[in-house]
Amino acid sequence: MFLLQASTTALFDVADLKLIAPEIILSLCACVALVMEVVLPYRKGRWVGYFALGATALAAASVCVLGWSMVAGFLHELPLVGRLVGPGSGGALGLTGFYGTVKVDGFAVVFKLIFLLSAALTVAVSLRYLDVEGEQRGEYYSLVLFATAGMTFLASGYDLIVLYISLELMALTFYVLVGYTKRERQSNEAGMKYFLLGAFSSGILLYGMSLLFGVAGSTNLGDIAPAVGRAALAATVEGGASLRPLVILAMIALGAGLFFKIAAVPFHMWAPDAYQGAPTSVTAFLSTGSKAASFALLARIFLEALGGMRVDWAPLLGLVAAVTIMVGNWAAVTQTNAKRLLAYSSVSNAGYLLLGVIAANQYGYTGLVVYLVVYTFMNVGAFGVLIALRRHGVAGDEVDDVTGLGQKAPGLALMMAIFMLSLGGLPVTGGFIGKWFLFGGVIQRGAAEGRDWYYWLAAWAAFNTVVSFYYYVRFIRAMYIGDREADARPLSLSAPLKTALVVCAVCVVLIGVYPQPLIKAAESVVTAVLPAAAPLAQR
Amino acid sequence: MKIPYLLSLVTWLPALGAVVVLFLFRKEQTGAIKRFATAWFALDFLLSLALLAYDRGAGGFQFLEDGEWIPVIGARYQMGADGVAVLLILLTTLLGWIASLSSWEYIQKREKEYYVLLLLLQTSVLGVFCAGDLFLFFLFFEVSLVPMYFLIGIWGGERRLYAAIKFFLYTLVGSVGLLLGLIKMYFLTQDAALVSAITPATKALVAGNDAARLMLDHSLAAAQQAGTGTFNIMFMQALGSVIPMGTMQVLLFFAFAIGFAIKVPMWPFHTWLPDAHVEAPTAGSVILAGILLKLGTYGFYRFNLPFFPKASIDQSYFWNGAFGVRNVMVVLAIISIIYGALAAMYFVVKRDGDVKKLVAYSSVSSMGVVMLGLFAANPNGLNGAVLHMINHGIYSGALFLLVGIIYERRHTRAVNEFGGLSHVMPGYAAVFLAMAMTAIGLPLLCVFISEFLAMRGAFEANPYWAGWAALGIILNAGYMLWLYQRMFFGNVENPKNEHLPDLKGREWAYMVPLLVMSLWIGVYPKPFIDFIQKPVAALVKHVRPDYPVNPAAPLRAPQTAERRADR
Repeated sequence: MFLLQASTTALFDVADLKLIAPEIILSLCACVALVMEVVLPYRKGRWVGYFALGATALAAASVCVLGWSMVAGFLHELPLVGRLVGPGSGGALGLTGFYGTVKVDGFAVVFKLIFLLSAALTVAVSLRYLDVEGEQRGEYYSLVLFATAGMTFLASGYDLIVLYISLELMALTFYVLVGYTKRERQSNEAGMKYFLLGAFSSGILLYGMSLLFGVAGSTNLGDIAPAVGRAALAATVEGGASLRPLVILAMIALGAGLFFKIAAVPFHMWAPDAYQGAPTSVTAFLSTGSKAASFALLARIFLEALGGMRVDWAPLLGLVAAVTIMVGNWAAVTQTNAKRLLAYSSVSNAGYLLLGVIAANQYGYTGLVVYLVVYTFMNVGAFGVLIALRRHGVAGDEVDDVTGLGQKAPGLALMMAIFMLSLGGLPVTGGFIGKWFLFGGVIQRGAAEGRDWYYWLAAWAAFNTVVSFYYYVRFIRAMYIGDREADARPLSLSAPLKTALVVCAVCVVLIGVYPQPLIKAAESVVTAVLPAAAPLAQR
Repeated sequence: MKIPYLLSLVTWLPALGAVVVLFLFRKEQTGAIKRFATAWFALDFLLSLALLAYDRGAGGFQFLEDGEWIPVIGARYQMGADGVAVLLILLTTLLGWIASLSSWEYIQKREKEYYVLLLLLQTSVLGVFCAGDLFLFFLFFEVSLVPMYFLIGIWGGERRLYAAIKFFLYTLVGSVGLLLGLIKMYFLTQDAALVSAITPATKALVAGNDAARLMLDHSLAAAQQAGTGTFNIMFMQALGSVIPMGTMQVLLFFAFAIGFAIKVPMWPFHTWLPDAHVEAPTAGSVILAGILLKLGTYGFYRFNLPFFPKASIDQSYFWNGAFGVRNVMVVLAIISIIYGALAAMYFVVKRDGDVKKLVAYSSVSSMGVVMLGLFAANPNGLNGAVLHMINHGIYSGALFLLVGIIYERRHTRAVNEFGGLSHVMPGYAAVFLAMAMTAIGLPLLCVFISEFLAMRGAFEANPYWAGWAALGIILNAGYMLWLYQRMFFGNVENPKNEHLPDLKGREWAYMVPLLVMSLWIGVYPKPFIDFIQKPVAALVKHVRPDYPVNPAAPLRAPQTAERRADR
C-alpha cells in the first residue's frame, strides 16, 4: 500500500492533472464517441457529430479556465463584453507540470484554442459532407477528437518525447482520416502517400531530436536551449569546436522533418495529392489544424530549443520561406481543381507563416498567431463552400463548379469572395492584418539586425501575393462574371454548415476591421511566452 | 453651417445607399433602383457642398475627425481634408452623380449589382481623399480595386476579363510596393532620435492650422503612450523633414512612387490603362479617368513630396551626381506627355482607330503634365498640377461620356465609321467641340489655366523641361483637332449615321455641369486657386525651406533663384 502510494506520487503530482484537463476531456470524449455509435439507434451518426462539437466546446472552456488571465485580456478588448471583464494580467502564466514535460503558457493556450476552433468548425462542416458521401459514422468524429487531443498536447509539450508522441498521435489519426472514404480510390491513394511520406519525415524528425538529446543530455527543451547555445557558439569559444557540426546537423534534420509537416518546399510534394484525395472536410482540418500544430512545434523547437543558433537557422528558414511562397503561388496558378489549388495556396501560406518565425520579434509572433487564427477561419470557410456545392455524384471540386454562384446563391458567393480576398490579403479582411504583421516583423528584424536580406524577403513575399490574387480572383470571376450557371439545382445546406460558414465569414471581416482584441491577445502571448527569444529580440 | 462629422458622412453615405439598394429593392425594380441611386449620388454631392465652408485663409487640414480604432498598432480613425482634397472630393461626388445618371440606358443587365458596386466604389474613393491616417488611406485605396474590377469585368466590352484582371493585378503590384514603404515608414515613426529631431515649426507648417496641430500632437502622444508608432499623415509629413537623405529615403520614395505611378499611370506603367478604359462601361471609364487616376497624383502630392522632401527635389543621387530622383520622375513625366500624345495620334491616323483608346492615351499625356507640375515643386507648378487634376477630371470625364453617348447609338467607336456628324447631331457636335477645345487648352477654358500654370512652374524649374513638355501639348492639339475633323466635318457618308438622334434631356443634364465648370474655371479660376494656394504654399515651404516666397516679386526673381538652387 505504502509502496503504491510512493510510486504514484513519484510518477506525477495529482494537481498536475488540471494542466492536461483539455486533453483528458478530448481523449475521454473520443473514446465515448467510438462506442456511442454502437449504442445509438441505426443511422444516427450525426448525433456523434454534435457530441464531438460539445466535446470541443468543453475542452475549449477548460483551456479558457487554464489561461484565464489571457482570455480575459482578449475579452476586455471587445467592444461590449469588455466592460464586464477586467483587463487580465496580460498572459503572465507559465504553469509547468509532470516534471517540466508539460508547460501551459500563453503560447500553448492560444494554440490550443486555435486547434479547438479548427476542430469545431471541421466537425460542423463534416456533418453534411459525410451525409453526402454516405459515410456518416461515429468513428470519424472520434478520430477528429483524437487528432485534436494530439494537437493540444503538442502545444503544451515541453519535452522532446512528449512532443514527438503527440505529433504522432495527430499524424496517425490524420493518415486514417485522409483515407477515410475508403470506397474512393483517390482517397485511398492520398492516405497511402501521406502515410508513407509522413512516416519517413517523422523518422528524420526523430533523428534530429536524438541528436539534440545527444548534445544536451536531456530531452527537456529548457535544458536543451542553453546546451545548444553553448554548442552553437563553440566555434568561437576556445577548445569546444567539436559539437557545432552536430547541432547544425540536428537543426537540418529537425528542419527537414518540420518542413514536411508544414508542407514547405521542397517537402511539399505530398500536400496537393493528400489535399485533393482526402475528404474535403478532412482537407479543411488538415490545412488548418494540422498546419497550426506543426507550426506550434516548429516555433517551440526553433525558437526555444534552437534559440541560441538563430544566426544559423534564420537564413535557412528565409530561403525555404522564399522558395515556398514562390512555388506555392506559381504552381497554384495553373490548377483547375479547387482542392488542389487550395493545397498549393496552403503551401504558399506556410511560407508566409514562416516569416513570423524568421522575424522572431513581437510583430512576427503576433503575425504568426493572428494569421493562423484568420487562416483557420478563411480556409475552413473556403472548403466549407466547396462542401456546400457538393452533391452525390457531382464532385463540386473544380473551380468551374462555382460558376454562376453569384446568381444562384448570393450569400454563399459573397462569403466565398470574402474568403478568397482574405486569403490573398486584401485590406478590410483578416488576411491583410495577418500579412501586415508578418511583413512588418521581417522588416523590423531587418532594421534591428541591419541585414538587407530581410527587406528583400519581405518584398519578395509581398510581391508574390499579387500572383496569389490571380488564382484567388479566379473563383470570384467564375462566381460573378459570366452569366452562365454551373447547374441550376438549388443547394441544400445543413444548419451546422451554414452556421460555420457565417461564423467564418463574419470573423474574417471582423478581424479585418477591428483586429484590436485578437492582436492584444496575440501580443500578450508574445511578451510572456518564449522567454528564450526575448533577449534575441533585443540583440 | 457646420455639419459635424461631415467627411465621414460624405464618405459613408454612398455605402449606406448601397446597403439600402441591396436589401430594400428587388432585382426586377430596375427603374426604381437607378432613380434611387442617382438621387442618392445627388444627395451626397449636395452634402459635400458643405465642404465649401473650408477656411481658405487658414489652410491646412480641416473638418477633422479623430477616433480610436486599433490602438495596438497606432492606427486611428482620422479624417481631414485640405483645400486640394476638398476640390477632389467635390469632383468625385459630382462625377459620381454623372456616372450614375449616364448609366441609365448603357447598363442593361444586373442593374442592382451595378448600382451597389458604383455606390461602394464612391465610398472607397471618397475615403481615400478624406483619410487623415495612412492605414485608413491604404484600406480605402486597396478596396477601391474590388468594385472597379467588377464594373469592368461584368459590364465591360468583349475583352473585359483580360482587362479587369490586368487592371486588378497591375494596380496591386503598385500597392504592394506602397505597403512595404508604409510599413517601414510606420516603424520610422517609432524612431526616437528622428521624432525628437522634428522642430515645432515643421509640425505647425504641415498641420497648417491650430486644430490640425492639436490632432497631430494628440496622435503622437497617444502613440508614444501606447508604445506604438502612428499613422497620422501630418506627423509622417513632419517626420519627412528629418529622415536623412540616403539609400533609405530614396528606396522609400520609390516604394511609394511605384504604388502611385501605376495608378497615375506614368509611362512605362501605363499599359493597363488603355485596356481598362476600352473595356470598361462608360460610367466606369468616367470614374476611372476622372477620379481613380487622381488617387495616384493625389498620392504624390500628399505623400511622396512631403514624406520624402529631400528625395523629391534631389538632382544628384545617381550616376555620380549627374542625375537625381527628381530627374527620374520628371523624365518619366515628359515621356508620358509625349508618348501619350503620340499614341493618341496613332488612333486618329489609324483607319479604324478606337476613339475611347484615344481619350485614354490623352489621359496618360495629361497626367504627365500633372506629374511635371508636381515635381517642378514650386508654387506655380503645384497649383497648376492640382488644378489640372480637377480639370482633367472634368474634360476627360466629359469626353468619355461623349464617346459613350455615340457608342450607345452606333455600337462602335471606330473613327472611320463616323464623319459629318455635325450635320446630324449639332448639339452633340457643339458639346464635343467645347470639350475638345478644353482638352487642347484653349484660353478661357479650364485646361488652359492649369496647363499654363504647370508649364510655367516647369519653366521656372528648368526651361528644357517645359520645352519638351510643350512638344506634347502641341501634339495634343494636333490629334484632337484631327479627330474632330474626321468625326464631325465633311458629309455624312455612312448611311447608318443619317438618323442619329441628338442629345437627349438626360444627356444634356449631365453634360451641362461639366461645360459650366470648364468655362467657370477657365474664365475665373480664382475661387478654385484660393482653395489650393495655402496648402500648396505650405508644401513648397516644407519641401524646399529655402525657396523664396514672395508672390509680389517679379517673375524673374524666383526664376533665377530657383535655377541657382537647381545647379
